Amino acid sequence: MLTKRIIPCLDIKDGRTVKGVNFENIRDAGDPIELGAFYAEQGADELVFLDITATNERRKTLSELVTRIARNVNIPFTVGGGISSVDDVSVLLNSGADKISVNTSAFKRPELVDELSREFGSQCVVLAIDTRFENGDWYVYLNGGRVKTEIRAYDWAKEAVDRGAGEILLTSMNNDGTKQGFALDITALLSRNLNVPVIASGGAGTMAHFKDVFEIAQADAALAATIFHYKEIEIQALKTYLYQEGVNIRF
Amino acid sequence: MKTVIIKYNAGNIRSVLFALERLGVEGVVTDDPEEIRAADKVIFPGVGEASSAMRYLKERKLDQLITSLEQPVLGICLGMQLMCKYSEENDTPCMGIFDVDVKKFTSPVDNLLKIPQIGWNNITGLYSTMFEHVPENSYMYFVHSYYAALGADTVATANYVINYSAALQKDNFYAVQFHPEKSATEGAKILENFLKL
Repeated sequence: MLTKRIIPCLDIKDGRTVKGVNFENIRDAGDPIELGAFYAEQGADELVFLDITATNERRKTLSELVTRIARNVNIPFTVGGGISSVDDVSVLLNSGADKISVNTSAFKRPELVDELSREFGSQCVVLAIDTRFENGDWYVYLNGGRVKTEIRAYDWAKEAVDRGAGEILLTSMNNDGTKQGFALDITALLSRNLNVPVIASGGAGTMAHFKDVFEIAQADAALAATIFHYKEIEIQALKTYLYQEGVNIRF
Repeated sequence: MKTVIIKYNAGNIRSVLFALERLGVEGVVTDDPEEIRAADKVIFPGVGEASSAMRYLKERKLDQLITSLEQPVLGICLGMQLMCKYSEENDTPCMGIFDVDVKKFTSPVDNLLKIPQIGWNNITGLYSTMFEHVPENSYMYFVHSYYAALGADTVATANYVINYSAALQKDNFYAVQFHPEKSATEGAKILENFLKL
């Protein structure tokens, strides 16, 4: 049986991992290669590396980093951050990334999703959505959560899947950094209605939160950063817990 | 020992190269028929679409070359599917090394099936030297929308709504639907076993 996936996310800036709490107050949490290999050994099912470097050097630095990760990590990984063209993706996949994620660039030019899935296959195109609940619905936010749109997260996710996105990485800004649990309602809405896997992100604080997002919201995967980086929850212990709770997990 | 990885338009070649490197083996990526024929081990990877991959192989007669190889050959993912008889993906006749067809996953009436299958699934009924010291029910990483049906050459089974071939073997031809190069230590063990054949 296909198992639910546990995915640590590593935010990368200038070749180092960082994690913002509620997208601010960034703190240094270690070397990406070392941390990635450590998580793989601990039983992580995949890794996500999100590059938030803004300098002109970023593209070359990132592809070199991706090669170093691919060399040392024996599980699949996704690379995201600032990707806006077929060329960007080509470089990253050729450097050894298994998948890439697109966010703002795809929202601004949805044809990018068609182009990427046509060129490289849906299986390596992850659509990342940052969403916030306000005025009774979940809306898409862009630019790392700084820019609001009037489009509902579900509508954008549906369109992206129709255009060829192979997975949705859904981050709830309301929940991110709170450690109060994942956003179960919007995760469930996407997971039940879209025929691609949904990765839930934002809000993990306890092991029970993972059980809830898998069982109640039917997420296919759950992503977290801070709690793993600071060893508040260790992946092995989390997987043991989920296994004992009857969640289908690689163990 | 020389291990070649066949170069064509549907590769996840870098990942395979790195996985070999972690096992201390330097793979050579090539589409040169002489070099492929002279190799001790041949790996035929693949991520992509069946009909364009088959067209590319046929134009270069690589399909005939692969079929005629006598050393151990390992097909991975799309590579495995192209070694089967026929693929439903754009109605594509394939190499026919394995006497099974490749079909698309379909949702049962009462359940929305996520396609492609992406993630870790367990493999059972392991029956090949490539699985030596690989425990039953080991988890492997799969990414695919099409699957090879069960057949006489099935040497490992996985289940995603239905049972299908997770691995096939016939004579010197070995093939896996999952990605051993991305399947942690158990996946590496399969590659290591193949290299030792």
